[in-house]
Amino acid sequence: MSSAPILQPTSADANAPLLEVRAIAKRFGTRDVLKNISLNIASGELLTLLGESGSGKTTLLRLIAGFEQPTAGEIWMSGERLDVLPPYKRRVNTVFQNYALFPHLHVRDNVAYGLRVQSVPKNEIAGRVDDALKMVKMVEFAGARPSRLSGGQQQRIALARALVNRPQLLLLDEPLSALDASLRKQMQSELKALQREIGITFLFVTHDQEEAMALSDRIALLRDGALEQVASPREIYAHPATAYTAEFIGQTNLLRGEICRSIATCGVLRWPLEEADAPARFSLRPEAIRLCPDGRRQTNEVKFRASVRQQIYGGASELLEVDCGADQLLRVRLPACGPLTGEHDFVFSIADAIRVAD
Amino acid sequence: MSRSTSTRRAPILAIYATVVFAFIYLPIVVLILYSFNRDGVGGFPPSHLTLDWYRQLFTDGPIWDSVLNSLLVASGAVALSLTVGLLAALALDRASFPGKALFRRLVLLPLILPGIITGLSLLMFVVLSGAQLSLFTVFLGHGTALISVATTELFAGLQKSDRAQEEASLDLGATPWQTFWRITLPNLRLALVAAGLLIFTLSMDEIAVTFFLIGRDNTLPLEIWGRLRRGITPEINAVSTLVFAVSVVLIIVWYRIRMRSVGTEAQQLPERP
Repeated sequence: MSSAPILQPTSADANAPLLEVRAIAKRFGTRDVLKNISLNIASGELLTLLGESGSGKTTLLRLIAGFEQPTAGEIWMSGERLDVLPPYKRRVNTVFQNYALFPHLHVRDNVAYGLRVQSVPKNEIAGRVDDALKMVKMVEFAGARPSRLSGGQQQRIALARALVNRPQLLLLDEPLSALDASLRKQMQSELKALQREIGITFLFVTHDQEEAMALSDRIALLRDGALEQVASPREIYAHPATAYTAEFIGQTNLLRGEICRSIATCGVLRWPLEEADAPARFSLRPEAIRLCPDGRRQTNEVKFRASVRQQIYGGASELLEVDCGADQLLRVRLPACGPLTGEHDFVFSIADAIRVAD
Repeated sequence: MSRSTSTRRAPILAIYATVVFAFIYLPIVVLILYSFNRDGVGGFPPSHLTLDWYRQLFTDGPIWDSVLNSLLVASGAVALSLTVGLLAALALDRASFPGKALFRRLVLLPLILPGIITGLSLLMFVVLSGAQLSLFTVFLGHGTALISVATTELFAGLQKSDRAQEEASLDLGATPWQTFWRITLPNLRLALVAAGLLIFTLSMDEIAVTFFLIGRDNTLPLEIWGRLRRGITPEINAVSTLVFAVSVVLIIVWYRIRMRSVGTEAQQLPERP
């Protein structure tokens, strides 16, 4: 790696992605961990790889970092082929899940490690390490051993150790999973603010959909080693492409039914839909259903009568489970409405019943 | 049930254990006592305590030459076996290659091979190669015979170390070579010190292999053995007492270091997610 001062590359085409994952496949033994993944990451973006454990998200991260070799496909970064380079020649740095701080080095030496091994001049190292420690608000811990730090503090040092090298791309492997809930929320907003401030592209791996929604510019949802959907949090929530996505991101009612002669029928619910005859599934978010006290619906709405089975109070909102008859249960999220029993009229807008693939 | 059985068996077990320990340690105690006995060997219980034998020992040139020889051989054996053993342990832990299982057994074989076989085969090798028997051949013999000890100890150390740290080092731009010197080796330092102490102790009192490979210059155990053929002298008791004391100290240090490396691992385990 060159020791010359590193400048952000000036790309001729501003819209060219920073990282291109082209048809990547990875096989361990007989198991296909990743199947034909293609994914672009724009410069300055915070993209989240979201998926259950075993979905292949960490493997994809390790392929980009260089700890694993792809079975097929290529990875490119800023016009340079990445997957043929060893990890130490990639302008990519990683924040590891258990931080992987060096126990025999002080915090300062941990942070300086990357600069030292790349023979950055001594006087430059001191300044950059100070800046990195300031950035994560850990200056006063410079002389401590990693083992004396709390989980949150170790997390900050791991971040500083990676960012001090000014990577083009920062990989974060479930960096918040070891922290308790309140600290996790705090680190989420700090991470997001930091990313805005320094403008480095983040690729963030998590299994926590709330975390993904809170942090990401875009979410790439992985399922069994294949990409299920790649979209912004709002888009992926409002328009899930598949039943899996709809259920994984937030809560939803999955309706199974069919379209016949331009009428969609799911149990007792029916509405006009100009689509070809076929079996169909729809995702209907609980908050898309409203009470209809006067019993009157608009033309683009579907009205149904249902009895309240269960009501869970959640402060600003309440979650109901309602029975529309014929054992068809729906979840309904209402603004705080007070105790509700018996039969009521509900409506939802036809546009909110999103047709999803299986 | 099992509790009552064990209580009933306890006195028998205690007596048995006492007898076994007495069998092992009583001769050593007697040896130490005689090293302070004015009448030398014989005359029990010792009537007059004296440090004369130790005074005589400190002016005995050949004994100290042999101590120096033993120290030289042991230091060399530590360096040689740790170097080769580390490479073998790295290969066993990191690499996968055809014949790895066979390689593992071959490396560990000297551990169970009788010293007399190792010594004899090394002697034949030295004679066939036309080399002169000397301290250097003893050093080679100890160094190679103890590689298996180094390999097992260092392999255990490598298995305990956190591979993510090496990945982090590569990730931060360090070459594999830099990673080895800056991360892998410092993480192994407890295992290296522990293995070094163990090998040093084993080499210091090695006889079987040494016997076949020795030239003109004796190591301490062979010097003692040689003098014993002319009868047990109180001076031998004195030097044996010193050797025993040094060995005990080294073993305690080795054990503590080993416990510390195991202990820190036990502390770290629950933190893992």
